[in-house]
Amino acid sequence: MGTLGASQNPTVVSQQELQITREDDVSVVRRAVRQVALARAFDAFASAAITTATSELTRNVWVHAGGGRAIISELMDGPRSGIRIEFIDKGPGIPNLERVLRGGFSTAGSLGLGLSGSQKLVDEFTIETATGSGTRVVITKWKPY
Amino acid sequence: MNGNIPILKIGTTLITTVHVELDDAVADAFQVDVLTTIEKTGAKGLVIDISGLQIVDSYVARVLTETTRMARLMGTHTVLVGMRPEVSATLVTMGYAVEGIQTALDLERGLALLGKRLQ
Repeated sequence: MGTLGASQNPTVVSQQELQITREDDVSVVRRAVRQVALARAFDAFASAAITTATSELTRNVWVHAGGGRAIISELMDGPRSGIRIEFIDKGPGIPNLERVLRGGFSTAGSLGLGLSGSQKLVDEFTIETATGSGTRVVITKWKPY
Repeated sequence: MNGNIPILKIGTTLITTVHVELDDAVADAFQVDVLTTIEKTGAKGLVIDISGLQIVDSYVARVLTETTRMARLMGTHTVLVGMRPEVSATLVTMGYAVEGIQTALDLERGLALLGKRLQ
């Protein structure tokens, strides 16, 4: 699995891990990311993008895997600051990943924009998935200059 | 009313301002509240003000779009107003198709648009 546009070696300034065990945790994780975006002085657009992507991906963990965890990291890469969130579940995995990433494909009666839409909202997006053993999605958004 | 988002009736128009973060359960309850209020009041028009929402993800977008379609089936015109610039940008970036839904910049323009539709 390739890593598109990944930065060389960012420093992790802070990190928090949140468990996703119920539907309300979608809001909990979303709020935590919003707080970090505010603390890092992200503008309204970048903040909405990373918070919305977080909402989609946390919901995926809850709906498709029945739970998991999110690890939120504040990053510094030279003068750049960023937010990275890792979503990890031990769910069924995504057998038709390419189809899902194209968008408009849903098994949950939603718009089918969760994964494909999140990918478009962030600067870096990696996904590893294995049928039967789970999915790990990592997104990073850098503060616009 | 099982949600906590007030729906005001003025003449034959309902006005509701979403001022709290819409998690999935609140969004679903809001939809039910809107539809039952339409039934009870026989409102002809509905304005949903989302200027208080900093985030509209695909779930909330779907609930809002579906609510306007459901209201339409009940004979009520809906105008969605107050979408923030960052929310609009996020939805379009995600690939959300804004179809079959009437929008206006703010409540005043939304009510004016509704007035024309209902003439």
